[in-house]
Amino acid sequence: MSLSLNNISLKPTDEYHLNDISLNFEPGKLYTLLGRTLSGKTTLLKTIAGLQAPDSGSINFEGKDFLSIPVWNRNVAMVYQQFINYPHLNVKENIEFPLKHRKMDPSLIEKEVSEAMKQVGLVGFESRKIQELSGGQQQRVALARSLAKKAKILLLDEPLVNLDYKLREGLRGEFKKLFVGVETSQSILIYASTDPLEAMQLNGDIIVIDEGKILQSGTAKEVFENPVSSKVAEITNDPAMNINQGTIEDNKLILNNHVQFPLPEQLKSMSSGKYLIGIRATDLYLDNQGFDFDVDISEISGSETFLHLHNSDFKCVATIEEVKTYEVNERVKINFDLSMIYLFKESGELQNSPYKN
Amino acid sequence: MAKIRLDNIAHTYTPKADNPLFALKQMSLSWDDGGRYALLGPSGCGKTTMLNIMSGLITPSHGKVMFDDRDVTGLITEERNIAQVFQFPVIYGTMTVYENLAFPLKCRQFPEDQIDKKVKEVSEILNLQDFLKNRAKGLTADQKQLISLGRGLVREDVAAILMDEPLTVIDPDLKFRLRRKLKEINAKYKTTLIYVTHDQNEAMTFADNIMVMNQGELVQTGSPKELFEKPQTTFVGYFIGSPAMNIYECSASSSNEITVGSNTFKVQSNIDNTQSKGLKLGIRSEYITVENSSGENTIEADVNEVEDFGNYKLITASQGSLKVIAKVKRELDVPSEKIFLKFPSQHCCIYENDKLI
Repeated sequence: MSLSLNNISLKPTDEYHLNDISLNFEPGKLYTLLGRTLSGKTTLLKTIAGLQAPDSGSINFEGKDFLSIPVWNRNVAMVYQQFINYPHLNVKENIEFPLKHRKMDPSLIEKEVSEAMKQVGLVGFESRKIQELSGGQQQRVALARSLAKKAKILLLDEPLVNLDYKLREGLRGEFKKLFVGVETSQSILIYASTDPLEAMQLNGDIIVIDEGKILQSGTAKEVFENPVSSKVAEITNDPAMNINQGTIEDNKLILNNHVQFPLPEQLKSMSSGKYLIGIRATDLYLDNQGFDFDVDISEISGSETFLHLHNSDFKCVATIEEVKTYEVNERVKINFDLSMIYLFKESGELQNSPYKN
Repeated sequence: MAKIRLDNIAHTYTPKADNPLFALKQMSLSWDDGGRYALLGPSGCGKTTMLNIMSGLITPSHGKVMFDDRDVTGLITEERNIAQVFQFPVIYGTMTVYENLAFPLKCRQFPEDQIDKKVKEVSEILNLQDFLKNRAKGLTADQKQLISLGRGLVREDVAAILMDEPLTVIDPDLKFRLRRKLKEINAKYKTTLIYVTHDQNEAMTFADNIMVMNQGELVQTGSPKELFEKPQTTFVGYFIGSPAMNIYECSASSSNEITVGSNTFKVQSNIDNTQSKGLKLGIRSEYITVENSSGENTIEADVNEVEDFGNYKLITASQGSLKVIAKVKRELDVPSEKIFLKFPSQHCCIYENDKLI
């Protein structure tokens, strides 16, 4: 039985926090709600959980009007960014708390709790105090508590964002394995994230949200290959897709006075005029035959270097597949993989993509 | 300004114990005048202890702290000419930006005209010249952090500016600005900057030279590239780069050939103690290549999982209990069952008791 949101809006001030959101969630599936900070992710999750009432719209779950059901009866579990646990209880007591509250049979509690602890790798930590745990372990406790509840809807609000990237790297892989279980349990799992790589790795459906509006939803592959707008292309790539104004004219692709190319084959059918030109950071590369760019800063991320560059008014980021330091204002030569160019209308709508037939 | 040297330093918080626990194990290291450094390690590694020893908040139980030829071990913080920037901006909210920047010089009773000249100069570097008359509390978080930094820069006698996780409370877009600014300041003023963090990406983005610490020991000092390509310990191999380095126990069949399970690899290291039981092979995921058939340094493995991150793919493969993670280009068609993975000999790092040979 699915969960459907119909025309949900929330406008507490002059600005929408949620703007006419309609979505359908199928049981046994994983959804990644992808959007930047303050895009409305947390508000949407809270609305589903019942911690926030919308101004208008309806929510249906298993054929019932969900909004009329109070939060404690919704059978929803939520894990937050902050590691929220009961500080005076030990690990096991934290996990069994909601089940005891429900007055579940003690032998069943025992079974559910030990299963959840095994799933998140906390066996042996039963009697530890919360304060004695690392951030990663505390978040495992919160996750185990929500898993033990066997809720029909599991909401995770950027659960890894407050962890060091090394821990995040490990936990993300583990989480993904856990989520395979949603298929068998027929739960709906909604995972909010700002991180496109996280969304790609989780490999569920991606729902892109921005300023309280849903911009696109589809499989990870669909959204990656054919973002419907320049905004989606920015949000779903890290570093954000490079988007700059440009022109097609006289069989040329003109990015500025200096950076110009003969019009690539796949764009020959496009009419002359102004466009937004998109290219991923990974499709720019160092090349002695390339254009001069000056380095604004180089950032190292994991095993890659992000070069923030400019050539007069044209700004972009290039990913270099190695770990290397570049100085501020250092000059480099950069070229473009023209087969990977995206074209958007000036209004932002997708016009041409390397994956569009 | 000065070269800072820690001479056979060690520190224990329990010097009277029979078997004192050392927060910092014995080490000697130095920071050249004008360098851009990071002190990197997980929490509890001893980096804060080291920072406090430099600034004079802690007197080390062993060894000496030297600023050029001056022994400052016994001097208190005020006598050391060290400026500090903390996680949270420390500003005088009711004072104007001008008064904030002038404060350290006023306290030292500099003449007004000198103060004025210095404050104006520093405010221009920090792009704060238009805000000099504004109250400091109305500024953005990154501007406030620049004021904290500016109070270190107005003093010409500062030996070094120590920064403890200075970007923690800064928004992602502003971080970019502040990072660039820090690099520019270092280039212009040649003030030694020491950046303390647990975040490998922050450290590698900021510093020319990174000191990696673990469990009270200095495990490696080097450029980001050196840390990535030639990790001196298996810990650095794990900690730097994403994914972590693949590491396997191995035995040596000659000084330049090793065995891992049933596989033999040629390596370029020179293994003196071929009988050693503590040998390990480390190889980065980025350097493993996919081959069409078996050959030298190539293993046959089963593909367990292929994760598509859009811009690249991660292959997880196994041969019995041997697990390999390889990072490959997105265009590569990954076989679904058997795969041949080559470990190029120039990228095989051999460790004895977790230290690089």
